[in-house]
Amino acid sequence: MSANTYSFRPYNVGRLVLWSLFAIVLLVAPKLFTSSLSMTMLTQMGIAVIVCLSYNMLLGQGGMLSFGHAVYSGLGAFAAIHTLNKVGAGEWGVPVALIPIVGGLAGLLVAVLLGAVSTKKSGNTFAMITLGVGELVWSMSLMLPEFFGGEGGVSSNRVVGTPALGITFGPQIQVYYLIAVYCFVCTVLMFAFTQTPLGRMLNAVRDNPERVEFIGYDTQRVRYFAFMIAGFFAGIAGGLYAVNFEIVTAEVVGAQRSGAYLLFTFLGGSLFFFGPIIGAVLLVLASVLLSELTKAWLLYLGLVFLLMVMYAPGGIASLLMMNVRVAAYGMLRRLWTSYLALAGTALTVLVAVAVIVEMIYHIKLNEALGPQMSFAGVMLDTRGTDAWVGAMLLLATGVGLFEVSRRQFVRHWGQVQGDIEAEIQRREGL
Amino acid sequence: MSKTPSNGLALELRDVRKSFGKTEIIRGSNLAVKAGERVALIGPNGAGKSTLFNLISGRMAPSSGEIVLHGEAIHGMKPYEINRRGLARSFQVSNLFPRLSVFENIRCAVLWSMGERYAFWRFLSNLNEVNRRAEEVLDMIRMRRKRDTNVTNLTYAEQRAVEVGVTIAGGSNVILLDEPTAGMSKSETANFVKMIRDVTEGKTLLTVEHDMGVVFGLADRIAVLVYGEVIAFDTPENVRNNDRVKEAYLGSVLAENQRAEAQAAEAAGA
Amino acid sequence: METFFVFFLNGISYGLLLFMLSSGLTLIFSMMGVLNFAHTSFYMMGAYFAHALAGALGFFPALFLAPLLVGVLGAAFERYSLRKVHVYGHVPELLVTFGLSYVVLEVVRLVWGPANVDYRVPESLSGPLFTLANIKGQGLSWLAGAGNAAICGPAAGNSCTQFPIYRGFMALVALFMLGSLWLLLTRTRIGLIIQAALTHPDTTQALGHNVPRVMMGVFGGGCALAGLAGVIGGNAFVTEPNMAASVGAIIFVVVVVGGMGSLAGAFLASLLIGLIQTFAVVIDISAASVMQSLGSPVSFDHWAYPLLKITVSQMAPILPYLLLVLILIFRPKGLLGTREE
Repeated sequence: MSANTYSFRPYNVGRLVLWSLFAIVLLVAPKLFTSSLSMTMLTQMGIAVIVCLSYNMLLGQGGMLSFGHAVYSGLGAFAAIHTLNKVGAGEWGVPVALIPIVGGLAGLLVAVLLGAVSTKKSGNTFAMITLGVGELVWSMSLMLPEFFGGEGGVSSNRVVGTPALGITFGPQIQVYYLIAVYCFVCTVLMFAFTQTPLGRMLNAVRDNPERVEFIGYDTQRVRYFAFMIAGFFAGIAGGLYAVNFEIVTAEVVGAQRSGAYLLFTFLGGSLFFFGPIIGAVLLVLASVLLSELTKAWLLYLGLVFLLMVMYAPGGIASLLMMNVRVAAYGMLRRLWTSYLALAGTALTVLVAVAVIVEMIYHIKLNEALGPQMSFAGVMLDTRGTDAWVGAMLLLATGVGLFEVSRRQFVRHWGQVQGDIEAEIQRREGL
Repeated sequence: MSKTPSNGLALELRDVRKSFGKTEIIRGSNLAVKAGERVALIGPNGAGKSTLFNLISGRMAPSSGEIVLHGEAIHGMKPYEINRRGLARSFQVSNLFPRLSVFENIRCAVLWSMGERYAFWRFLSNLNEVNRRAEEVLDMIRMRRKRDTNVTNLTYAEQRAVEVGVTIAGGSNVILLDEPTAGMSKSETANFVKMIRDVTEGKTLLTVEHDMGVVFGLADRIAVLVYGEVIAFDTPENVRNNDRVKEAYLGSVLAENQRAEAQAAEAAGA
Repeated sequence: METFFVFFLNGISYGLLLFMLSSGLTLIFSMMGVLNFAHTSFYMMGAYFAHALAGALGFFPALFLAPLLVGVLGAAFERYSLRKVHVYGHVPELLVTFGLSYVVLEVVRLVWGPANVDYRVPESLSGPLFTLANIKGQGLSWLAGAGNAAICGPAAGNSCTQFPIYRGFMALVALFMLGSLWLLLTRTRIGLIIQAALTHPDTTQALGHNVPRVMMGVFGGGCALAGLAGVIGGNAFVTEPNMAASVGAIIFVVVVVGGMGSLAGAFLASLLIGLIQTFAVVIDISAASVMQSLGSPVSFDHWAYPLLKITVSQMAPILPYLLLVLILIFRPKGLLGTREE
């Protein structure tokens, strides 16, 4: 390019708007949802967003399926809580606001050590190794009560050290805003990562690891560095966890937690950057609200996950973006009746399945409470045949109608996609 | 990228052998490619051309023998080590990054050669040299119109062009192209060959080709690989008249028939 | 000495059980490229189904029926769920098996409760097969059954160790099953087709063989094998909803240590880990105790004391994972691994 050319890069207004919206939501949320339950959930969501985004760095951006990510967030949490105790005892002078960084550094250190071994392999073998390493750390937690606190875990007090600007982190709202700041900063940093050489090469490694080697990059190195960075952010989430709950037990490094990260990140959508944010919100909603609502929540979760993998492997984010694409071409209006039909029949099926599952659970687990069961305000007699027959009939009709509306939807969707393709061709020809 | 050694040879194969189990695929191949030369590697199907490429580029290690690049032994090295020493290869089946655009594909191939390593503290958009080089390569392979198209949405010929682009983007001095024009129509091939000639100006090129028109138009010398051995390595004219080559392609009976026919024609004409 | 021998046999029989599981996993993986995360869920189903069936029909009918049932369920899962996901790639395939493991766990917990069930070794197979007695002054002696009260009684002062019949039965079933599998794969026509489809499914299909059906059969067969392992293992060890997860991790370690895709490697690794886990539980030595016996005891205040005081028996649960880490550092290909990934 000669010196006479003028290069103009406009500001990406859309991106600025989205980030501002994100910041505003983080700021304003506790004002809108003021109950203490909401506060609990909002703080947990902030933490979950960071850890799910860090997980997607491996899964969605790197194609690395890890079954042991909780090791890094969990060990970060333990490091943070021990540091917090030291601060409380007056031995170390780390400000409470920087404790999550300690967690991050711990997560980074563990990722440097364990990542060297884990990233030696890729694909399925990598997945198995992360499972094994996760089990290793979990089992060690039982053998080293000095660090892991044994059965009761390690507890602490976050109102320690000298408060800066009068912030003691005693009230929950102060902790929320600490988490919100970390959440925003970490999200920005992790997004920025996707625009760096390492981030782009990580994508290349995901798409075609073999070719990467022929353009000069060591695939294993790329994965290892990404693993370290993901471990760092997971550790920060762990540190926030320690500050928030003031107690850390061994289950934070356990396989269930790792599985939850996987499940919800995938559910939210691993193909788009914001997918894990959706997943994190769902994670908290499910573990706090859904678990209270029904004893069968894990079963529902597993079934939803199965259906997602089979029919929408891009997660909720990809479903959203597909519709955004359709809307961008101005054709979303054509689909709303089909969507309505689909939603209505799906709801029917859902209700029918839920009734059956809840009745089974009631019979099995709540025998002492008698055969009467309340479902969304309606009393059902689990021993009588009425409820069962009714639910079966509802299920049968629901499934039948769903199939009909699904076929119609697929037809309409196909038409819309065809029209979009035609429009793309037309625009290219211009 | 690397200095040419005093003997002027960019790439040398010395008695390279490769066995898979008990089957020897490459049985002692010898080749000495001069710097800046364009060599076509031809041979019947199954002769081992792709295997040879795999050995040179580091995808596999030879069972024995030496491969020397710019005077340095590279046999046994990993593909990225060889690439960093100035050798790049393309693939017979386009081997691109399916979720990235044309531009992104090429930029990835540029990064290492421009000194970017595993940097996560710089933005791609600020790497002016990298971006400039990527745009340059984009123009060289004439894919500017499709700059931001996802590579899976390209036509076959366009994908082959990007494949070549990814190969040369790193500025390697020794380029290996594996059947770059396979599956293209006549007109597509002609344009493609012109593009290849332009982008490999001044570089050493080794290309596997089946299209004889391309071979005779592009190559300074032709190497003929049969059953894992280089049976001829000479100018196109000499190779065309080489008996062993004719026998390899046409079979000894047919070659004899040819000779007999030629004699009969001579006798009839006389 | 006699305890060593009996422990050795115990370790071998546990290792054979592990191999029953890891061989099915390896076959499914080699054939279909799918890592069946739910493989040990089928193991769990085998144990629970056998428990339910044995209550109604007795142990030996359950021994045949339960694996069949598990195999049918596995084949159905392949047909209706896994196959759909195949087009999306290997990660979604692994995820769908992961989802299945979740669902199976919940259903098992729902139907049979979260505590362990009383799935017992049948009467006919309980009791000792033989007893090894270390008789003072005479050395080792092999006694049938429970041995001799005169030799093994407390007054006699000899040490005796019993080897249970059931362990022998387990080993027998495992060997029989694996032997049949080997014969099936190498000596029958269907085995030939399976071997061909293992590396070249498209070519095999082009030759007219119904490869999808073969794959369904292989998947179902692998699950049935896991179910059989559950039938014979569930009553020797504990039958509870957590059994799938705990054995699952070990099986993955076996497969990686043995070398991905290598049956012989899985065999070796299974026996190795079986022996390690069996023996480790009884070794009460720790680094601290070793140092003590060498004359330089470690004090309680030493910074590494928490680590040094851990005995080998306490470390038993993590030894397989330590082996995994060591193999990855020193021999990443696995013991007998050959396949490049």
